[in-house]
Amino acid sequence: MLEDVVIAGIGQIQVGEHWETSLRSHAARAILAARSEVPSLQPDMLVIGNMLGSTISHQANLGALVADWANLSGVDAPTVEASGASGGAALRLGVMAVSSRQADVVVVLGVEKITDSVQTGQDRALTQMMDTDYEAMPGLTPSGQAGLVMNRYMAQYQVPAGAFAGFAVNAHANGAHNPNAMFRKPITRQRYDEAEVVAPPVNQMDVAPAADGAAAVILTRREWLPADYAMPVVRVAASNLVTDSLALHDRSDPMLFQAARLSSERAFRQAGISPAEVDLFELDDAYSIYAALQLEAAGFAAAGQGWLLAQDGSIIPRGRVPICTLGGSKARGNPIGAVGVYQAVEAVLQLRGKAGGSQVPEARVAMLQNWGGPASTVATHILMRE
Amino acid sequence: MEVPRYWRNRNQRYALVGEVCPHCEVKIFPPRDVCPACGQDAKTKFSFSGRGEVYSYTTISDAPAGYEENAPYTVALVKLEEGPVVTAQLTDLGQEPVSIGMPVEMVTRRIRQDGGKEGILVYGYKFRPVMAVAR
Repeated sequence: MLEDVVIAGIGQIQVGEHWETSLRSHAARAILAARSEVPSLQPDMLVIGNMLGSTISHQANLGALVADWANLSGVDAPTVEASGASGGAALRLGVMAVSSRQADVVVVLGVEKITDSVQTGQDRALTQMMDTDYEAMPGLTPSGQAGLVMNRYMAQYQVPAGAFAGFAVNAHANGAHNPNAMFRKPITRQRYDEAEVVAPPVNQMDVAPAADGAAAVILTRREWLPADYAMPVVRVAASNLVTDSLALHDRSDPMLFQAARLSSERAFRQAGISPAEVDLFELDDAYSIYAALQLEAAGFAAAGQGWLLAQDGSIIPRGRVPICTLGGSKARGNPIGAVGVYQAVEAVLQLRGKAGGSQVPEARVAMLQNWGGPASTVATHILMRE
Repeated sequence: MEVPRYWRNRNQRYALVGEVCPHCEVKIFPPRDVCPACGQDAKTKFSFSGRGEVYSYTTISDAPAGYEENAPYTVALVKLEEGPVVTAQLTDLGQEPVSIGMPVEMVTRRIRQDGGKEGILVYGYKFRPVMAVAR
């Protein structure tokens, strides 16, 4: 069982293409914003989720760098890499540190600085999330990988063209209410239908655009909360991480996504709840097909039917299983290794009732799922408002 | 340039050399020395026939650095007749539309150029439709 781990503070910068500012300044700004919510808590650990610092910014040893620039020098500060799931994996490590009493106050930071390189360099760097020898070598890309999955899925389950449009429409409608989103305008169904094809059947509106971002949460145990803490208390009720074969082709059934299934089931068991009790699901919509697969893996839809929830209004903020409530990676933007921490920040805003125009009514239980690749690494968390 | 990596994997790329598990006879590609089915030592070499069928496919238009000259190209998951699935480009497609279940066979082709004009040409497996005459 988890000790009473709570998220005491949150901070984020707007996701986007921030050519004029650096990884270190983004990181420091997100951390300072989170700390300003609970200034009396002095962190003794910083956990950083990041994928591309070494490749794109040619910067390793982020713990020492970020701790220094955030005025936290001296703290324990490891960096966690799990490609797109780096943020969720960092949150997982932070929860482990606090619940095991190895640390009392932990800053979990997700940071990605993608615009230190031009587009082709970004694309090349992102191929590292696949099996370099046997997936990237033949020329596959992450978008191509999503194309392979979506093509097979649509054939296997006889899914009609345009079935995934609802994911992009919902994400952008919600992103319009998020001041920290990269895109803040709703899109029409027509915009989806006319989008340029990227890796068929995946089109540009099925892809969450890679961008810069930094988000932070402050974890502590309940007894450390200041006496005058005035915000609703948000508890971490479940935390786990599950891996699968890195390469899609190495799985006995490439359409099973076993890690997502196991991670979801374990999270429900840890939290002692059923899927029906989840008020919002911040899933990882790096690609729309992956959103459908997560709805299935978590038990909100049967295999082959996740896309149907994007057709009948189930996924909107007032629907049965609201997803991407502040835009998801599609509209908020996809700061790769920071996504898992943005999910936590956004879920806390929902649980505090501070999600503005896309507030989920009476949100009490939030589930977060963060994917590295096509469920090669999956981190799942459940947050509950007391 | 990544010479040791290209050299190390040459038998896999040129000839689809994998392994067969001496304990449970599962065929393994790429070689991993530990059987993914039974977990025991599996270092016996096995050359795959190169025949298989398309499990899924897509087309890459925005090719990563080093792959631009072939773009757009088709990448597939190919299920080999011995069991394993490999990721590979499809080639020699002509006018024939690709489809799931289409029979394909391995050929050796140029995969990419590493290091510009002075660099290395990397060869490896691609798959082409099985010739009508051979069916």
